[in-house]
Amino acid sequence: MTTTLPHQREDPTRAGRVNDFALKLANVNGTGSASANALLMQAIFRMGIPVSGKNLFPSNIQGLPTWYEIRVNHTGFTARALDYDLMVAMNSQTYAQDIAEVAPGGYVLYDSSWPLEPSLAREDVGFLGVPLAKMCLENFATSRERVLMKNVAYAGALVALLDVDLAVIATLLNESYGRNEKLLTSNQTALRLGYDFARENFTCPLEFRVAPLASTSRSILIDGNTASALGCLYAGATVAAWYPITPATALMDNFTALCAKYRREPVDGAVAGSPDSTVNNYLILQAEDEIAAIGMVLGASWNGARSFTSTSGPGISLMSELLGLAYYTEIPAVIFDVQRTGPSTGMPTRTQQADILLCAYASHGDTKHILLFPANPHECFEFAVQSFDVAEHFQTPVFVLSDLDIGMNDWVVPELTWDDDYTWDRGRLLDDTDLSEIAEFFRYTDEDEDFVTPRTVPGSDPKGAYFIRGSGHDKFGKYTEVPDEYQEVVDRLKKKHAAAASALPAPIEVRREGARVGIVTVGSCDLAVREAIENLATLGIAANFLRVRGFPFAQSVRRFVEEHEHCFVVEQNRDAQLRSLIAVETQLDITKMHPVVHYGGFPLSAVQVVDAVTAIVTPPRVTSTKERP
Amino acid sequence: MSAPTKPLIPLAGLPRNELGLTVRDYEGAMSTLCAGCGHDSVTAAISQTFFELSTPPHTIAKLSGIGCSSKTPTYFVRGAHGFNSAHGRMATIATGANAANRELTYIGISGDGDSLSIGIGHLSHLIRRNVDMVYVLENNGVYGLTKGQFSASADIGSRSKRGVSNDIAPIDPIMLGLTMGATFLARSFSGDKAQLVPLLKAAIAHKGTALLDVISPCVTFNDHEGSTKSYRFTREHEVKEIATDFVPWQQEISMPHHKDDAREVTLHDGSVVRFRSVPDGYDPHDRQGVEEYIRQRHARGEIATGLLYVNESPQDVHEMNHTPEVALSKLPFSRLCPGAGALARLQDDLR
Repeated sequence: MTTTLPHQREDPTRAGRVNDFALKLANVNGTGSASANALLMQAIFRMGIPVSGKNLFPSNIQGLPTWYEIRVNHTGFTARALDYDLMVAMNSQTYAQDIAEVAPGGYVLYDSSWPLEPSLAREDVGFLGVPLAKMCLENFATSRERVLMKNVAYAGALVALLDVDLAVIATLLNESYGRNEKLLTSNQTALRLGYDFARENFTCPLEFRVAPLASTSRSILIDGNTASALGCLYAGATVAAWYPITPATALMDNFTALCAKYRREPVDGAVAGSPDSTVNNYLILQAEDEIAAIGMVLGASWNGARSFTSTSGPGISLMSELLGLAYYTEIPAVIFDVQRTGPSTGMPTRTQQADILLCAYASHGDTKHILLFPANPHECFEFAVQSFDVAEHFQTPVFVLSDLDIGMNDWVVPELTWDDDYTWDRGRLLDDTDLSEIAEFFRYTDEDEDFVTPRTVPGSDPKGAYFIRGSGHDKFGKYTEVPDEYQEVVDRLKKKHAAAASALPAPIEVRREGARVGIVTVGSCDLAVREAIENLATLGIAANFLRVRGFPFAQSVRRFVEEHEHCFVVEQNRDAQLRSLIAVETQLDITKMHPVVHYGGFPLSAVQVVDAVTAIVTPPRVTSTKERP
Repeated sequence: MSAPTKPLIPLAGLPRNELGLTVRDYEGAMSTLCAGCGHDSVTAAISQTFFELSTPPHTIAKLSGIGCSSKTPTYFVRGAHGFNSAHGRMATIATGANAANRELTYIGISGDGDSLSIGIGHLSHLIRRNVDMVYVLENNGVYGLTKGQFSASADIGSRSKRGVSNDIAPIDPIMLGLTMGATFLARSFSGDKAQLVPLLKAAIAHKGTALLDVISPCVTFNDHEGSTKSYRFTREHEVKEIATDFVPWQQEISMPHHKDDAREVTLHDGSVVRFRSVPDGYDPHDRQGVEEYIRQRHARGEIATGLLYVNESPQDVHEMNHTPEVALSKLPFSRLCPGAGALARLQDDLR
């Protein structure tokens, strides 16, 4: 029986919206909701539709509120949406807040095993009660299954309500649980319970729904930490050192798993299956702290291996001393900073871009580092590979500044590609043959056009032996306290840093006819800012877009700011750190750039950018900023 | 001021080792430490050791942290690469270096400030990982470069130059090592080259972390009456009940066994450490027994020296991780990058 409930009414502004809506799922941490939510998101992706899934989770193993947001958008604008068409309210602790967040005309799906408090009622929202606990109690034997399967049951109801392809869901369940028949059956049962209930009790599908597209056929679903780890594997990194920290842990977990799969070589003549039948062409060291992690990276790099560490803000703080050593002694190193919310412990499971200045100038004394800013997992892979080349070419630490949103959420991105003709750039690394051709070797002489000097590694011909020191040294590598000798070396380091600008990924620029507004942004702000620019255009404000992808900055960054009557810098930290860095490093007047900062810990949304711009630039006609493009 | 270069005066008649090198080839720059510093004697013993072992200089990597002792790697084996790193962090750099290239011989020089205060965490974990290296802790109980503060190895009641008595319990690196699962622990005295050189040789031959605690008096800040790390105090209180000979693997063992309790330990490279004399019932493989022995000697105000503990069987960091015999740093790119085909197949799971 299919009935139309009185609150399930036709809203003319929302009628027939296909592949354009946002869901929010409010759960209790540790109750198994993650796999049900991911199932739904992955199914929509498999249907060829641009989608994002953002996990807004607490720093907790069990019990605290956690949310998952799914944004479906056929044009690819999958940044966080703040107006939810449907809320799955599974956490009674947060009912009031969750129900209040639903957009007028939207829906709340809740567990109707127990009645909702009358005070939670909203006239402008439809309530879809599904007796999840009751149906799981009746259909499952163990208490654990009764809890877990509630999630799969609401996923089943959503499949019906949103018109998700049941065949896709069935395939996904088979892929996940095919080797565990009991679990597979339970999932299928639960899914069917929710699905059938929705079909029998609500008008399915809702006025917003999915329909198959072909726009993601060349795309993959991947998180940034996995993509970065893949990049390290492909770049030929052999030594990794790290200390566990949210949200970077999965990067090294993934690197470990990838190495186990792709870096084990059989030993000739060994008995297959014996512990000595394979060797590992990698060594991953779980260090005692982040100080040790970066120390190990420097030791390995000094010794000629490609080496990296992965961490988050607190780790960078601890590493700062040795980062200065690496800068001054010119040792390559790659550091992944999956940024989280600071300062101090801050909010470890929330996102931010607040380590920009820390990383740019990490360590005491005059230090400057090279930074790369990926905006999504695709760039995490590409920049990870590139970071090793840049680090070895310029013989200095390179930071890859990802963040929690990129690192831990699944993103739909173009598939990764690899050119088998690529080989690594080891930079000016002298081997014994090179050494035999020169009369004398000194570590910091013979600079090239990038102000880079040749290096040798331990074990090479004694002619190449030198003593590396973090204390004052002249260009011959000898200890010095003579002002001119000291300055000669640090002046070259400054020029070397500047020279790296042209070797980094160029900024992405998107221009519009007649734009007087320019928006500069970085990293994971990308999609929200691009969407905001579309929305601004509908308001009559044409804006140009520039996303920086490397520091030191390309010349075009300065030019872009100068060109625009109004320039905004959009970033996810309180103090407008990117804006400050641009001002300091390009000598631009800082007041020429309006700061747009978002730093509460959840990913940026387009509406926040639109509001900030329209607060300064008046749209030519009066209209709501919430209007859809 | 640059470190002065030691003039290379050709001295005819200096003995040559198997590589045709003289001991002068295993020296480095002129020391800038105080005249009479114990560290210079350790430096000389290290030069002598590598000379006698005929180690090719370029196969040695020497590392240090910050402090007086950490300056010394520039004073030995000029043909080796050296890394004077940051205060307390040498163990971490050495761990990474060893991870990248297991083929080299690693010697780290540190002090009691570097190792037992700022770097004690790193030293502890280096020992736990059993990184194959020689770790020389030049122990003088005092911060020299900052002019005489007590270090963490200063004994209770030991007096500073200004007459202040130390009230904080000392850390004994040997006891620390026993707790952390060290596989080679020795103590010596900078003034005793005859004991130090064979210990260094055994430490180099050992597979895993070999920790040498070398009492090395500071003539400027800690060699006065009332100090327990002075030349005089060390000479008067040193107990050398454990004596060892080092027999390199090339040499046929021809020395007679002159005591029933003489023990032999075959080291990783085939060299042998022979315990010429040990106290009754002493077993250098017995962690608890060694601990008890050191405690008893310490209670009597004595400093037990010699090769105190050795265990050749635990795996080092490379064995634990099943790395290849060849240095990871020497693997060509083609063996490290899985290539386009693998990337395409791998992404089938991401759709």
